[in-house]
Amino acid sequence: MSSSDPLNTLCSPTWCPGCGNLAIWAAFKKAAEEKKWDNTNSVMVAGIGCHGHIVNFVNLASFEGLHGRAIPVATGIKLANHKLNVFVFTGDGDCLGEGGNHFLHACRRNHDLTIFLHDNAIYGLTTGQTSPVSPHGFLSKSTPAGNPDEPLRPLSVAISAGATFVARAFAGDIPKLAKLMISANDHPGLAVIDILQTCMTFNKDYTLNFYRENTYELGPDYDPTDKAAALQKALEWGEKKIPLGIIYREEKPSFESQIAQIKEKTLTEVSPAGRNLKDLWEKYS
Amino acid sequence: MANDIFSVKIGGMAGQGVKAAGLLLAKMATRSGYQIYTYIEYPSLIRGGHNNIQINISSRGVTAPRQTSDFLMALNQDTIDRHGENLPAGAGILFDTDGNINVPKSEKNISVFPVPLAKLAKDSGGQELLENTVAVGATLFLLSGNLKILQEVIRDEFAGKEDDVLSANLKAAEAGFTFAQKNFSGKEKKILASKESARPVVVNGNEAVALGAIAGGLQFAAIYPMSPISDILHALAAYQEKFNYIYKQPEDEISAINMCLGAAFAGARALTATSGGGFCLMTESLGLAAMTETPVVIVEGMRGGPATGLPTWSEQGDLQFALHAHQGDFSRIVLAAGDAREAFNLTRQALNLADYYQTPVILLIDKNICDHSQSFANLEDGNFEFYRGKYTTMPNADFQRYALSDDGISPRTVPGTGNFFLANSDEHNPVGFSSEEISDRRAQTEKRMRKLATCAVRDMMAPELFGDPEGETTIVSWGSCKGSILEALKTLKNVNYLHLTWLSPFPTEAVKERLAKAKRVVLVEANFTGQLGNLITEKTGIQIENRILKYDGRPFFPEEIAEKIKSL
Repeated sequence: MSSSDPLNTLCSPTWCPGCGNLAIWAAFKKAAEEKKWDNTNSVMVAGIGCHGHIVNFVNLASFEGLHGRAIPVATGIKLANHKLNVFVFTGDGDCLGEGGNHFLHACRRNHDLTIFLHDNAIYGLTTGQTSPVSPHGFLSKSTPAGNPDEPLRPLSVAISAGATFVARAFAGDIPKLAKLMISANDHPGLAVIDILQTCMTFNKDYTLNFYRENTYELGPDYDPTDKAAALQKALEWGEKKIPLGIIYREEKPSFESQIAQIKEKTLTEVSPAGRNLKDLWEKYS
Repeated sequence: MANDIFSVKIGGMAGQGVKAAGLLLAKMATRSGYQIYTYIEYPSLIRGGHNNIQINISSRGVTAPRQTSDFLMALNQDTIDRHGENLPAGAGILFDTDGNINVPKSEKNISVFPVPLAKLAKDSGGQELLENTVAVGATLFLLSGNLKILQEVIRDEFAGKEDDVLSANLKAAEAGFTFAQKNFSGKEKKILASKESARPVVVNGNEAVALGAIAGGLQFAAIYPMSPISDILHALAAYQEKFNYIYKQPEDEISAINMCLGAAFAGARALTATSGGGFCLMTESLGLAAMTETPVVIVEGMRGGPATGLPTWSEQGDLQFALHAHQGDFSRIVLAAGDAREAFNLTRQALNLADYYQTPVILLIDKNICDHSQSFANLEDGNFEFYRGKYTTMPNADFQRYALSDDGISPRTVPGTGNFFLANSDEHNPVGFSSEEISDRRAQTEKRMRKLATCAVRDMMAPELFGDPEGETTIVSWGSCKGSILEALKTLKNVNYLHLTWLSPFPTEAVKERLAKAKRVVLVEANFTGQLGNLITEKTGIQIENRILKYDGRPFFPEEIAEKIKSL
């Protein structure tokens, strides 16, 4: 983090050494540099969790809201100024636990948002409890006898709910992640990347080696436009069976593209001052 | 009392068009040169149950419902059973001869007007659904109304609907009118004889909030449906393209307020509305708005609580909740409207206040305001000046979003301007970076708290006094009680009314001064604990002994307030 990097701030990252968030941070800055995402065209929104600290370390205007609530805040920003690139940073607890309902409905409505799901399968900031994606049998402070719950497969939820760009990446491969972040943002509609990351401190199951050994890249033969096949792919998990890359892609009008009021100008580009209510007075008399 | 008001009550099952008939008659009255106030009672269901609407008509402004009605339009037996006995001497009952309705004999000289509503509705080419329109037509004759005006109102109401729906309604109105003319001639009362008068604006509180929001420069609204405020979203949804704002239905109230915060953060004026239960969900982000200093207006339409409570009835039980919701200390502005006109003006002003003070503004209304239409000469209380305070889109390399200031208000910018800043839910330093330093915590907390003091000096209005300023008895109240208290004042001597609309910041000195002048102070509130009374004690030290409290969901009627004041 050289201070000469215009994307850095005066704050140094506070994540643990080896944290996957460091790689996600690096990949995002790489993508931002390449695509010239800056304070004239981009905004970041984060929830609460270790991931949320990222807003302090990137020189882009941002909103850090409440646990689970990043997506509705991002939705409001996009509707007010749809010309902005709106990046949502959220964690597995943030997005799938506390904020599950918002995730579901944002996918369904196909808002033109780019969601980065920091997925370490653990609650890190609260020092290590089981998350909605922790495996069955997982040992943690909240499940000392082993997790009795089955994990959620977030990308299957995203596809079922109606997201139109659904991908998975491994945080350890910064160049690939950066490329995927760019594709996700270029996609008109709701894009979500499930970013597999380590939590060196609390998740002893999903280690760097675990991800290296068990993930694989979807090849050129894979057709991401086949929804049924994509759903099956999104449900895949296990030994050597964790697919990476674009799992599903669909061309469909985004929510924002269907709203007449913002066809040309953004909401905020038109002054709301001095409206004439004459027609309404007649209607209500 | 109130012999210059004529009250018509229409009753029937949900689904029989009771409300539609009432609104038709109300519009008919205002187009004929009269003022109206409507009062609606309905259960929380779509078919069946008992619905009724009271239309209070007068040559002068009407502000409240009445306990009795002068004319009962009964679409079913239930209506007779529930309201027949309360009719005063000389009242009339119109009922459906086809509906096996039994009107018990009365010794109070009640006129009965049997009309074959179902048959006339069928003959008009419509179905039984038109019974309400037939009944309005017949009633119109009995009140000396002009059929042409009613048909003009029907044309306006059904504009844009299919032609056969319009023509069937026109025929049904005429059939009812003609039947009454043939059978009841000579029995009509001179209530709706048309006269020249400026046409008033007729709105309920929900519509007034929507219109106030549009006038106040609303750019974004996210509202989850809930009784009794859903009409706000219906009105806002209808006019969004015309006035270039967005209404979005969110997945829940948590999303509603967070979408508003996102839109406001990006520079759009934002408002949400809900009732007590939805406000419970929004509570989480009320403090987020305060901490990130993001403007938002929350309209809270109170109904009977707790839990689902009384979904379609009124209460003023959320005042202390609105004043205290969320953890920690922060500045919030809490306003309360007393009628639809105040709801219009306070909504308009609330959007300015939220922008100026960069903090949440809660506007309390209640079901009685939300649902009840009232006629007003106009809604606008003076000219409106749109202002945003310290809002800038000018690029500034060293922008300090949370810079310290004497008035507690920092400069505000939005994303996309080139400015770097963070809206941070964590405690933060002047740029917005997370900070747990003692100096930042103290300075930022103190800055946020200073807003209320600034607001108290710059914007807060003193409570309004109605009635005899020299009166020995002062009634103090808020919200929809206003209308009934004003009607009651007309029959009381030596009594005045102090009406509060600003609750946070609180007009402590003005209230103290006024109450000190009274020999006797009487609190009127629709809740169990006397929440405004307790707030007055907290702020002024004054204990109000005389308390008229009601918590059965029903509004205060002017008659009962007058009676209780007299008996003190």
